[in-house]
Amino acid sequence: MNTHLALTITGLRKTYDTGTSALKGVSLSIAEGDFFALLGPNGAGKTTLISILTCLTNKTSGTVEVFGASIDTEPERAKTYIGLVPQEFNFNIFEKVIDIITTQAGYYGITRSSALQDAEPILKELGLWEKRNDKAMSLSGGMKRRLMIARALIHHPRLLILDEPTAGVDVELRRSMWEFLKKMNETGTTIILTTHYLEEAEQLCRNVAIINQGAIVVNEPTAALLHRHGDKKLEDIFLTLLQRSSTT
Amino acid sequence: MNPRRITVAYYTLVRKEWVRMTRIWSQTFLPSIVTTTLYYMIFGAFIGSQIAPIHGFSYIQFIVPGLVMMAVITNSYSNVVSGFFGMKFQHNLEEIMVSPTPNWVVVLGFVSGGVVRGVVVGILVLLTSLFFTHLTVYSFFVLISAAILTSILFSLAGLLNGIFAKGFDGISIVPTFVLTPLTYLGGVFYSIDRLPPIWRAISLGNPIIYMVNAFRYGFLGISDTPLVLSFGILIGLTVVLFMLCLYLFQKGIGMRN
Repeated sequence: MNTHLALTITGLRKTYDTGTSALKGVSLSIAEGDFFALLGPNGAGKTTLISILTCLTNKTSGTVEVFGASIDTEPERAKTYIGLVPQEFNFNIFEKVIDIITTQAGYYGITRSSALQDAEPILKELGLWEKRNDKAMSLSGGMKRRLMIARALIHHPRLLILDEPTAGVDVELRRSMWEFLKKMNETGTTIILTTHYLEEAEQLCRNVAIINQGAIVVNEPTAALLHRHGDKKLEDIFLTLLQRSSTT
Repeated sequence: MNPRRITVAYYTLVRKEWVRMTRIWSQTFLPSIVTTTLYYMIFGAFIGSQIAPIHGFSYIQFIVPGLVMMAVITNSYSNVVSGFFGMKFQHNLEEIMVSPTPNWVVVLGFVSGGVVRGVVVGILVLLTSLFFTHLTVYSFFVLISAAILTSILFSLAGLLNGIFAKGFDGISIVPTFVLTPLTYLGGVFYSIDRLPPIWRAISLGNPIIYMVNAFRYGFLGISDTPLVLSFGILIGLTVVLFMLCLYLFQKGIGMRN
């Protein structure tokens, strides 16, 4: 057990009933306070990995510890540490913004009155406070993305996992979300980010891992990776590494 | 989670279900009242007046407990199966699955939602019957415990259906082809003592017979089946289904890939 690590993954494998091998023995450690990018092409295994960490998918084998709590033996403790922003909208669109937030807080044992107090600064920060009594279906795509972030933060998680949070979001909003995430990280929240916008990972993340066909291709500090490849753009390095890993 | 947090999580689940069922009250509370009013009119007032008393009670007095129980069963079941499958279908269930709420609390939360709807609709259907006949209560304890236990049992059955359902077909097949026939053949409209021996014996294999008769005993003090056996079956099935639901939640069957 290592409490200095936010996340420890060892030999993680996932084979779906269809026979598809989504993860082929992934091992990964993420330090507390890190801003970590998990990159990979579509179908590489990013979402499967995140789903296993958050107990949404059963793993085939391997171990996962979140701040020292195993998802096998202490799943409830492990879950209290995690805030998840999934790729797809998964809230009830017929509910009000504030109800979505307070209900989520309730699942973590936070009373509605406490959650209402906690929700105010989060919703204000994310520009949703004025919309708190609107039904989620009336929000724009960008607002819905921010609502998912607000929902993930209501129980003050130590580890925030964002699965393509800026997909389909305009440039201005994306930049404001970057600032928000930077601030979150500066206050001590460990962040794992998956994204297809590689400049996003380059700008925000101190460490980066690239996953392809269910295996980790590279895992090192972003600066070192860029330097090792002659200060090329992350996008070029990403494509080179993917090509190399696909041929081997 | 400590007991206080567990209580909050449980309350949140029940509150969410209550808000959902009251938001769509015309789909949740109203249909059973309309349907049973028609039963009261047709089978109770129009046809029932031509039927000889059963065990000393008028036909409408005989069928009211069964109709109330039918409403409790269908509403408890459909509340949980539609609520749970709806959350699964829209991926809202993930909100609960990523949280530290223990599985047994999640099961209790959904079941409690079903019980609330079953009991509320049962009371409304019972109050409606007072426009057609007068009712006396033989044993409050028996009728309340029979209603609550039956509601819990069918909420669990609905949850089981919701867990295994892969599409909207999956949540309508069981109510249409299993639940409705068993309920209609469950002694709601007749006493199984008046059936030919072979049909009586076959009927005793239908668990709903025992629930309807236990509930009827609470009102009229009459039952075609021994009360102890009725409650034994109710409690036994409830425990089995609860353990089964809990096992499926622990394993993530029907929820986690």
